[in-house]
Amino acid sequence: MIVGEQKPLDEIMDLLGEARKVLVAGCGTCVTVCFAGGEKEVGILASELRMKSKLGGHPMEVDEVTVQRQCEWEYIDPLAERLDDYDVILSLACGIGVQAMNEHFPDAITMPGLNTTFLGLPEEQGVWEERCQACGDCVLGITGGICPVARCSKQLLNGPCGGSQNGVCEIDPDVPCAWQLIWERAEKLGTVEKLLEIQPPKDWSTSRDGGPRKIVREDLRLADAE
Amino acid sequence: MTTEERTNGYKSGSNLEKVLRAGHFAVTGELGPPQNADPEHILEKAKLLVGAVDAVNITDNQTAVVRMSSIASGVLAIGEGLEPIVQMTCRDRNRLAIQADLLGAHALGMRNLLCLTGDHNVFGNHPTAKNVHDLDSVQLIRMVKDLRDEGKFQCGDDIKGARPAFFIGAASNPFGDPFEYRPYRLAKKVAAGVDFIQTQLIYDIPRFREFMQKVVEMGLHEKVHIMAGVGPLKSSGMARYMRDQVPGMIVQDEYVDRMKAAIAGIPKEEKDARRDAWRQMGIQICIEQIQEIREIEGVAGVHIMAVEWEAAVQPIVEGAGMLPRPAVE
Repeated sequence: MIVGEQKPLDEIMDLLGEARKVLVAGCGTCVTVCFAGGEKEVGILASELRMKSKLGGHPMEVDEVTVQRQCEWEYIDPLAERLDDYDVILSLACGIGVQAMNEHFPDAITMPGLNTTFLGLPEEQGVWEERCQACGDCVLGITGGICPVARCSKQLLNGPCGGSQNGVCEIDPDVPCAWQLIWERAEKLGTVEKLLEIQPPKDWSTSRDGGPRKIVREDLRLADAE
Repeated sequence: MTTEERTNGYKSGSNLEKVLRAGHFAVTGELGPPQNADPEHILEKAKLLVGAVDAVNITDNQTAVVRMSSIASGVLAIGEGLEPIVQMTCRDRNRLAIQADLLGAHALGMRNLLCLTGDHNVFGNHPTAKNVHDLDSVQLIRMVKDLRDEGKFQCGDDIKGARPAFFIGAASNPFGDPFEYRPYRLAKKVAAGVDFIQTQLIYDIPRFREFMQKVVEMGLHEKVHIMAGVGPLKSSGMARYMRDQVPGMIVQDEYVDRMKAAIAGIPKEEKDARRDAWRQMGIQICIEQIQEIREIEGVAGVHIMAVEWEAAVQPIVEGAGMLPRPAVE
């Protein structure tokens, strides 16, 4: 899932600026699951904004809404009629949701209330870790299902650097060395041989390095969209 | 004409290549460029190393701190009669930038290249920088080999005209984890086309011996010149720091204790006397290590890393009986 984290309140206040009427808009999918931008967080942040603005002498009127998915037109369409009432929409969706709102409702101003951090999973209650960089050319089949692009600090494709010690990465003792994990898994699966083959330079053009990406599935398009 | 014909049967014709191919026990040193634009800094350090080593590594933004470029510093070193080993990391440059720099480095007379992953940028003085890692060190080795031997850029295009021909080096950390994978990682670098290896600093000689045993079993020592990394300790504080703080480093307590014992009886106020005693012990330990390492099968030379203490190299090389350095024609 997409994992996000709420921006500091002061930064959010700066983004809201002179706005007096604000709609805090949550998203019911990924950011709800990671406790960053769902209905509950919308409620808490809205209260904080009311209190903070009141204490600052310029009280804001803050309303709340949460849609099932802020990244799909059909889910945000129903917001259309109420947006005129607000100076700023504060989205607690990921960066995709924020952009969907701005794109779909160009007359309204939608600001980000979260930092979209990574594609990952909850390692345990309250701990999320990155697992995927969406590089567009998956190598998990070679590395035993552990991604060196997302999880090795140097995105190495041919084994660990010299900074791997006691199973952790040189950058931080809390970061496991991806190549230690890959090696242990290969030993377990009996696929060590695969790790001895040289992996050629990666084609990064399928990643962000090739420019913004797009998928067109002609088999799924509607006739009148072509 | 192939590159080897142009260079008299050598891959690059560098002094280091000649010394190693002639079967001499080779010695390389290390020179860290300054964090400024002053050429004097390089020239002074170079003077301390000329004649004591066969070639000298010139670091590439070492520890991810901005310094004078390795290639520019290399030009200055050549001017002093010191052969450079240009270090090139994958951290700061993509495949275009690396190849462009290698064309330039060859044109300026560089003949040795050390292919490295690079220390992570979070350690350095620009921790908010975007890192590159377009290639990893194994892929870099292969690219440099293809530039030299196939006359092809990484994309497959032919080089029309002079090829950059480097004696290709890489690093190996015998003490990194997973320990069992290390010889295989070295094997990958050999398969990619590396000519010489410099290891991480070695203080744990028994573990290095274990590593080399595996390397010899795999026959890798016959395909690549392996130079063992050594370095003099400067003080007991440094010994402790290396033991406790440096990633990928194992320093045995014995050395920490000997460094501590070196200043026994010297009052704390006598800073110079303490420094000299430490340095003498550091050099002495380093000489002993070289003598021990030299006996290990498969070791073709030593790489002496005396960071910001270039003056230590000459007495170490002399003390270990490795002077004068051979001249191979």
